[in-house]
Amino acid sequence: MSAGLQARNISVIAGGRRILNSVDIAAAPGKVTAIVGPNGAGKSTLLKVLSGDLKPQSGRVTMNGKPLVSWSAQERALQRAVLPQTPELASSFRTRDVVELGRHPHRGRATPEQDSHAVAGAMHATETALLATRDCNTLSGGEMHRTHYARVLAQIWSPLSADRARILLLDEPTASLDLFHQHAILSKAREIAAQGAAVIAVLHDLNLAAAYADDVVALAGGRIDAIGPAADVFTAERIARLWRVQCTVRRDERGLIQLSTFPFMSGLR
Amino acid sequence: MVAATEVLHPLDDPLLARRRLILAGLAMALAAACVAACTIGALDIPVGHVIAALLARAGLHLPVAVTPFEDAALFGIRLPRVALGIGVGATLGVSGAALQALFRNPLADPGLIGVSGGAACGALGWIVLGSAMPAWMHFAFAMPLAAFAAGLVATVGVYVIGRAQSRTDIATLLLAGLAINALTTAIVGYLTYLGTDAQLRALTFWLLGGLGGATWDQIWPVLLLIGASGAGFAFLSRGYDLLALGESAAAHLGLRVESVRRLTILCTALGVGASVALTGIIGFVGLAAPHLVRLMGGPSHRFVLPASALMGALLVVLADLLARIAVSPAELPVGVVTSALGAPFFIWLLRRRLREATP
Repeated sequence: MSAGLQARNISVIAGGRRILNSVDIAAAPGKVTAIVGPNGAGKSTLLKVLSGDLKPQSGRVTMNGKPLVSWSAQERALQRAVLPQTPELASSFRTRDVVELGRHPHRGRATPEQDSHAVAGAMHATETALLATRDCNTLSGGEMHRTHYARVLAQIWSPLSADRARILLLDEPTASLDLFHQHAILSKAREIAAQGAAVIAVLHDLNLAAAYADDVVALAGGRIDAIGPAADVFTAERIARLWRVQCTVRRDERGLIQLSTFPFMSGLR
Repeated sequence: MVAATEVLHPLDDPLLARRRLILAGLAMALAAACVAACTIGALDIPVGHVIAALLARAGLHLPVAVTPFEDAALFGIRLPRVALGIGVGATLGVSGAALQALFRNPLADPGLIGVSGGAACGALGWIVLGSAMPAWMHFAFAMPLAAFAAGLVATVGVYVIGRAQSRTDIATLLLAGLAINALTTAIVGYLTYLGTDAQLRALTFWLLGGLGGATWDQIWPVLLLIGASGAGFAFLSRGYDLLALGESAAAHLGLRVESVRRLTILCTALGVGASVALTGIIGFVGLAAPHLVRLMGGPSHRFVLPASALMGALLVVLADLLARIAVSPAELPVGVVTSALGAPFFIWLLRRRLREATP
């Protein structure tokens, strides 16, 4: 069995509706895989299945060669971190305390130096170090999101062992962030992938997906419509069919795929 | 740029230093309250005599003349009462903090969610029906265990009703507690109807909550059960911080949420059940103690749990002292004192949360 995260033949039915229909997806170590699709395509549901939050009606998920369910909760947490779409925080912890929660699975395994190294590194990478002593409930939405990103980074900061790839699942990590931090967060995800982690991110911004993902999975109506490099998946025909938006696709001077969408202004013509 | 993370090295983190200071302060305040509780009463025993008598038991004899009467009052009446106050207060405080973490809701309290009421049913059932039970069942732990079992049933009931789709929302939780409390009140009423005159008086006073009249023989089983639940809570303390992130995020950080949930309910029922068996319902301590310590030192449970234990013990020992001197030489049930002081606190809390919710 191979390292990384694999899901085979995943089907989820909820409220009499088939939300996912025999989906196959694999996230290999060293790669960033972006899941894209219009609203209601099943992106978040797929991520919930991959994280183990949701048990699919059929199919199974394997993580680093073993079925996801056969790893213990702690073993799972040592290899894999999950950033939810809307992170919660019930109490008024300080920013640094929240990031330190990410080191929980390493208790008794990592030294205090390794822990504080991971926390400091994760806070530096997300530019949350200057917020360290702030009460989290006073942070802006974007600052809060970055704090939780720092928490999941701290959780999988350094490789556990050679044969166990780290896995990072991100559900719309850029949704509440400004332009700079959108790029900062995804480039950090790329950096972690380059160190051998498998990264899966649900993204709404197709240009960001094209810029940072090795593989793009286009999901529509609970089925995989296309899977492959951004250049193959993002065609004007597919964008028009799945998202109902006209656009041009071109390669810019650096070779990146760029989508320019047409505004809905036909009435003005 | 100064790296803020360096400033925050754990050893000189100002918040951690403040927490240690708060814990030390609470411990000293509790010690002072205990000495005061030993000193003040129908018979005033001077502080010097209290200390001398205690040291004499430890083999250290001071040149202070402690009368045999003072000695008997201290060791037979005052100290058991103080010990029980500490144990019960600590368990109420810790249970309140743990329930608030588990339900992710700052208004959870052993009284409000029905543990105390359930435990009361169990204990009263034992008072009224216990005499009909076979002799082998009359051992030291019988009544605390009856209270524990009934408290456990009530807590599980509230938890199952109050948890809609993996989250507990405040209204559902309080309503579930209300429903279970209504049921326990009905059962208590029926048991009262069944009871004899002698049982009735014991029953009424006991329901209002009181630390008086307990002997060492009755106290030690309760303190043992409280200690067991306290050990359980200490084991769980780190996990409670993760629950603030939500159950799913806590699970992604390796927490076995289901086990934490079950163990918390078990420990709460054990500690609170045992307490209620001997002292009746002492309300609002479980709500107030965690709130007060969080206001002082923040929400981390490695601090909140021990601090809530100290704060709960302090509140109960002080409330009992107040109950003894307010209408001296008679005394008020301590539950009346804590509820009289706790109800306004609860109202203040509700209003504060309401203000926060509406900007």
